[in-house]
Amino acid sequence: MKIARIDFGAAGGPQVTYGPLGEYAGLGGRAMTSLMVATEVHPLAHALGAENKLVIAPGMLSGTTGSMSGRLSVGCKSPLTGTIKESNAGGQAAQVLARLGYAAVVLEGKPLGNDLYKIVINKDGIQVIVDNSLKLLDNYPLVAKLRTEYGDKVAYMTIGSAGERMLLAASIACTDPELRPTRHCGRGGVGAVMGSKHVKAIIIDDAGAKMRPPKDPDAFRDANRKFVEGLRKHPVTGEGLPAYGTNVLTNILNEAGGYPTKNFKSGTYEGSSKLSGEAQAELEIKRGGKATHGCHRGCVIQCSGIYNDKDGNYLTKQPEYETTWAHGGNCGIDDLDTVAMLDYMDDNIGVDTMEMGVTIGVAMDAGLIEFGDKEGAIRLVEEVGKGTPLGRVLGCGATVTGKVFAVERVPAVKDQAMAAYDPRAVQGIGVTYATTTQGADHTAGYAVATNILKVGGDVDPLKTAGQIELSRNLQIATAAIDSTGMCLFIAFAIMDQPETFQALLDMLGSFYGITMTGDDVVALGKKVLSAERDFNTRAGFTKHHDRLPRFFYNEAIAPHNQTFLMKDEELDDVFNW
Amino acid sequence: MKITVKLFASFRTGRFEVETSDYPPGTTVAEIAERLQLTTAELGIMLCNHRHVKLDYELVEGDVLALFPLLGGG
Repeated sequence: MKIARIDFGAAGGPQVTYGPLGEYAGLGGRAMTSLMVATEVHPLAHALGAENKLVIAPGMLSGTTGSMSGRLSVGCKSPLTGTIKESNAGGQAAQVLARLGYAAVVLEGKPLGNDLYKIVINKDGIQVIVDNSLKLLDNYPLVAKLRTEYGDKVAYMTIGSAGERMLLAASIACTDPELRPTRHCGRGGVGAVMGSKHVKAIIIDDAGAKMRPPKDPDAFRDANRKFVEGLRKHPVTGEGLPAYGTNVLTNILNEAGGYPTKNFKSGTYEGSSKLSGEAQAELEIKRGGKATHGCHRGCVIQCSGIYNDKDGNYLTKQPEYETTWAHGGNCGIDDLDTVAMLDYMDDNIGVDTMEMGVTIGVAMDAGLIEFGDKEGAIRLVEEVGKGTPLGRVLGCGATVTGKVFAVERVPAVKDQAMAAYDPRAVQGIGVTYATTTQGADHTAGYAVATNILKVGGDVDPLKTAGQIELSRNLQIATAAIDSTGMCLFIAFAIMDQPETFQALLDMLGSFYGITMTGDDVVALGKKVLSAERDFNTRAGFTKHHDRLPRFFYNEAIAPHNQTFLMKDEELDDVFNW
Repeated sequence: MKITVKLFASFRTGRFEVETSDYPPGTTVAEIAERLQLTTAELGIMLCNHRHVKLDYELVEGDVLALFPLLGGG
């Protein structure tokens, strides 16, 4: 494996160099991106300037025959949060990049002039090509145009117009197995950093490349078989997620009173059943779409789906729970077709669906449009795509929009929007929102599993007891899983089934020819978090940033009539391990 | 006493989405599950009036009980 660096500030145009792994040997995914950013990026750098780097890294097991190993990590200093950022996506890119032998591809420096670049990566190396014909194309037409030149047997990573305009909610799209630009490194404005390097598209072609060979092929095959068995056996990964997708959570969070409604003003929503995963799956099947679909080859969970419009034509991939909530209940909108249209628009323009949905909710609170205004929500996202002054404000996320329109209730931490769980009804996820290195991010330590879903243990969501330890342990485990290239959803099975966790350890061990224990996983997670925390400290973040917005402490909401109860001193204890 | 039971995901197959019925006083979650032919192994999330409850929880008049299989997402 090697690391490729592309210096966009080089005299005479972008210059590619290839080097050994060096101090980054053995790292992958989030461990690679975070260690490299923490080591090499000035913490006070402007996130859109020459000093920032965009590190693209497949996971430790990506490019192998191991199931579920297709997650890609993209890291940088975030223009949205000012913290370190790792944004993680499925799609085909990670597997293909890893098979070509890249542990990381790093975009560095800042180009002079206005030329737009595409990067072609194949078995012969890396080429950086000027292509100004791609300017301001959004992701669907962009990929369609690239396919006429590079075909269908490659993976594409692209930015839409939002990334080119360097909007703070801009994402990087990765194509799925059918070449739809639907799997996004969504969070933290990583698309803006790619745009700051003037890179519009990365075309990754693994023709002639082979699967990465394990050190012990027999042991690896055996461990992978047990791992897959474990995923198929667990009710969450084997039944619930394939059948209903992540949106099965709508009814659960609503029943638990933790479904943030109309910009976090209530914990239940009267229209939730219309948005539910049950309703969505039924509609998808009725219209000839699919309720079960994998975002990358080798996925056995298949939590996604295909959402067709009323006429039976493809509209978008199955909107996730977080998207359906952000654009749905959070905006008082109970119509799946509107949510699906907004999901398509976000993917096309290239913005984070969560940040955009929360931003529209904030705009509704500001009175820009009414809660429940479906056409209005679509019109506002259209503004983002057009790059109008209003669109640029909205495309910079909830915090910027809240400031511009003087809204006090902005559900964000470190300027990144929260996800679909109210921290007053799910205290554990509030701990994660407050303390994660990434800005509010539910995936960084998914306490919802233990608080609400009763997977991996049982901690009362309405009480403070046990939440700090829970969030700490989940944040450590997640940092490690995000480094392996494994989809985070494997956690549901490995938390409940020791033999499935052992199978994962054996996959890592037999692939690298080492002995891997649970303690090693913990050590890896802590190493990643420590590097991220250190970067954030040097970037000026203190314990006072590890807090929720005040309204969560001051406004109790129905049905539990409770505020966020965690004490500051408790939050400060999360990283005391 | 009247209890409203809501079922979700695969529990709806061959049963119902929501049903309000009469139950004898002191009926527990376990007894309702048994009446619906849901085994304890199948039961994942049990919420009564938005709060998690256990199998031995005794319901009272007007309660709304939501039953889910083990589910996840995010």
